[in-house]
Amino acid sequence: MALAAAALAPGFRDPVPDAQGTFRAVMEALARPGSLQRLATLPAVPEPLPPELAAIALALADHEAPLWLDVRLAAAPAVVDWLRFHSGAPVVADPASAAFALIADPAACPPLEAFARGTPDYPDRSATLVLAVAELTTAHGLILEGPGIRGRALLGAAPLPNDFAQRLERNRAGFPLGVDHLLVASGRVAGLPRTTRILGVA
Amino acid sequence: MTAMSTRGFARLASGAAGTNFGYLDEQTKRMIRRAILKAVAIPGYQVPFASREMPMPYGWGTGGVQVTAAVLGPADVLKVIDQGSDDTTNAVSIRQFFARTSGIATTTSTAAASVIQTRHRIPEHRLKEGQVLVYQVPIPEPLRFLEPRETETRRMHALSEYGLMHVKLYEDIARHGHIATTYAYPVQVAGRYVMDPSPTPKFDNPKMDDCPALQLFGAGRERRIYAVPPYTRVRSLEFEDHPFTVQRFDRPCALCGAADTYLDEVVTDDRGGRIFVCSDTDHCEERRAAGHRGEAA
Repeated sequence: MALAAAALAPGFRDPVPDAQGTFRAVMEALARPGSLQRLATLPAVPEPLPPELAAIALALADHEAPLWLDVRLAAAPAVVDWLRFHSGAPVVADPASAAFALIADPAACPPLEAFARGTPDYPDRSATLVLAVAELTTAHGLILEGPGIRGRALLGAAPLPNDFAQRLERNRAGFPLGVDHLLVASGRVAGLPRTTRILGVA
Repeated sequence: MTAMSTRGFARLASGAAGTNFGYLDEQTKRMIRRAILKAVAIPGYQVPFASREMPMPYGWGTGGVQVTAAVLGPADVLKVIDQGSDDTTNAVSIRQFFARTSGIATTTSTAAASVIQTRHRIPEHRLKEGQVLVYQVPIPEPLRFLEPRETETRRMHALSEYGLMHVKLYEDIARHGHIATTYAYPVQVAGRYVMDPSPTPKFDNPKMDDCPALQLFGAGRERRIYAVPPYTRVRSLEFEDHPFTVQRFDRPCALCGAADTYLDEVVTDDRGGRIFVCSDTDHCEERRAAGHRGEAA
């Protein structure tokens, strides 16, 4: 009974504008790495699903765009049911077949090689990793350079895997193949597309 | 053709109260939105998408309209231009279509718009951060006239095998003494993908480089979406001894006197009289409102 009730808990309050607003924030975030974009409307979610991950899943996932959940989320049947019910997206066990990976425990994010990186002919057939972090700031952190950035930008997030900067650099070196990252916290989203170079830490 | 198409268009749009916001259904918007995100992440690469039938024929901007419909929200202010002009049939129809199917505000002012859909011009007014420029694209593949097979052009992009493109420009030089391509002049984006900037005059190519606005490209019939993020290097192809140059006009705009804009030739009578005026009507009107005058004004 608990599961059925969770599955019936509402998704977006007003699905059309809420999905548009969420998409627009994600688009701006990927177009301007190092900027924080506001996710204006967050759905009420079953624990332990971070509402920012839920909003992005509802806005962008569906039967053509499967979700992969990290261990923390996959272990919560209420989360899996809620996402399945509201997005209609398959929840897959193999990260390589996911369009979006929802990661609530970012420090334990699997290596990027576990996800789809596209093919030389179709580099777009690649995953977007959405990491819910505790802190997100543009005051300090990784020094970013690349398309979408005027000069240089800063982006700090925690917690993350210790080798996150190296992962991003390796990812960028494989361009045009690669995965793209979204980092979310406190109703904000930041984008790290595969084109972004990491110059160091400040 | 024109009258028939616009009548059908108006009929559908006027009965559009029962359609979803922005005409497209939500599943279609999600599909297009996912394509846009990957296009932004891989600048200049053409992302395939499942283009839908729109209430207008292919060639009237169905790709741009679908991209705009997927991007637009209630707070947006939309401007639509056709060859720089806000008041041609195509521009007026698309503007009305979105006003009726989404109830959003429209404008002719470049500075006041948050989303600008364009057919073949980039506004003269410098675009700013937060704006989105949506191009209507007829043929997205810059290599198509050199290699008709999609499997081959896709492989050429995968391998950055762009020698053929330079051969084409070289043949221009061999035949004409200079690069004679004046529109749809190929560019290389962020040092990687060669991209068709849509049939904009090459005059506009420099505006794509390091542009503060996000540029999105939609090709409806060819089912491709591609993008140039803000502040991204967009370099027009060239040779060391034949550098890229833009058109120059030997006279200023006859209405506003601007000497640095792209001009259209307008026939004024049946005795061969003609004037040259700004193709960007909003820019020209703004300048005239500010007191600038050309020789015909």
